Amino acid sequence: MPADSALPLQTVPLRQQFTHGLDAPICLTWELTYACNLACVHCLSSSGRRDPAELSPGEARGVVDELAAMKVFYVNIGGGEPMLRPDFFDLVGYAVDRRVGVKFSTNGTRMTAEKARRLAAMDYVDVQVSIDGALASTNDTVRGEGSFAAARSAMDHLAAADFGQFKISVVVTRENATQLDAFARMADGYGAQLRLTRFRPSGRGADTWEALHPTGEQQRMLYRWLRDHPDVLTGDSFFHLSALGEPLDGLNLCGAGRVVCLIDPIGDVYACPFVIDREFLAGNVRHAGGFARVWRHSDLFASLREPQSAGACASCGSYDACQGGCMAAKFFTGLPLDGPDPECVFGHGEQALAARRPGIRIPVLGHSKVDVHGQPIAVPTPIQLRSRARL
Amino acid sequence: MSLTEERVNTPAPAFDPEGAWRVHPQVALRDESFGALAYHYGTRRLLFLKSPTLVELVSALDRYPSARAAVEAIVPVTERSKYSRALARLAASEVIDAR
Repeated sequence: MPADSALPLQTVPLRQQFTHGLDAPICLTWELTYACNLACVHCLSSSGRRDPAELSPGEARGVVDELAAMKVFYVNIGGGEPMLRPDFFDLVGYAVDRRVGVKFSTNGTRMTAEKARRLAAMDYVDVQVSIDGALASTNDTVRGEGSFAAARSAMDHLAAADFGQFKISVVVTRENATQLDAFARMADGYGAQLRLTRFRPSGRGADTWEALHPTGEQQRMLYRWLRDHPDVLTGDSFFHLSALGEPLDGLNLCGAGRVVCLIDPIGDVYACPFVIDREFLAGNVRHAGGFARVWRHSDLFASLREPQSAGACASCGSYDACQGGCMAAKFFTGLPLDGPDPECVFGHGEQALAARRPGIRIPVLGHSKVDVHGQPIAVPTPIQLRSRARL
Repeated sequence: MSLTEERVNTPAPAFDPEGAWRVHPQVALRDESFGALAYHYGTRRLLFLKSPTLVELVSALDRYPSARAAVEAIVPVTERSKYSRALARLAASEVIDAR
């Protein structure tokens, strides 16, 4: 967090302050719809079908009003594919008019020249286009046939519209971890910013994590690459790598329920975008008191703001650096939350994975994998992974 | 999730404590128990004002003829140099600008 060092007044240890939560989130993700025209094999929200109970345009505006009143400076909009919502532009305009900035993620398939110009004309709007391979073959294996071309076309439209510095957003996988320099060149070519984020075993990612998450050697390489490329954005998502030495830029702390949360398309509020599961459901914006009440008074968030036990990590000298890693990564691999991250750089996670009891129930039934009665529905993973893609 | 993903900054003019300052019109402050968060809608930078006194000082800048006058009115003598340096950093981040 480069901005953090901008002030010398260390009257309060800020990290400690953050662990107790803030009056409003700093980093709020709002998934506008579960509808998506792609079916990426790692989709954190298992998106595909629109949920009939999604917030209406009026309700969505009500959420914006509330965020504005809470002085939430900006909201990270995702999905599903947010541009599939018929009121997408209305809602973005409504938000920025109320000084709630919008940073939205798109797969690019609906980005036309005209829409790119429209976005370029709006203040307080940032766009990130998702792409998961520097080559079409690497990307399309994960995101679907033709998705690389669609993403590049969206980037071309944004560049032609003089949008300015859009972002190219990459989930680092075993297949693309060798392409980081190529992604950086792609971003440079557009005058864009590269953003790398961590692959979590959430949503459909639970089904593909085993095959797709970066190897230990790739993680060490990634850490060095990120240290060498401080301008590359990471969403603070690789803090488990900070145990390797000098910390990466960022908070180096799980922000779930403290500074981060998710509003899903039906108004459910979860502790973070990567834990769409009943266990981490804090409330719903449709209930009395709305989002502010959930953020400030939910039992779940109160418990997440308590000091967390280091558990099995207590004896590790690097606990202060990595804080035990990512809650979602542990939860969806069936590991205890007070133990090592499955991708612990010292291999403790691999040992913990190997030591899981046979038959342990690993939670993989997030919102869009169950019907209204809570029964599992088949959400196919339509794209078969090939064996290792190569550059 | 990122807390400070930001656009590349252009350098701001140097801080002159004798000049008149204000909160930058593109900056919003949100009070928190430790002080306040400051968000710059232009640069997309998020900063932390880590003491209530600093928040009071920054918010009061536009009522004083100079930054020095605001510091002298609000900050105890022993702390003034520290707070002046903080203002210089806030000027560099464009949280405050010359009026």
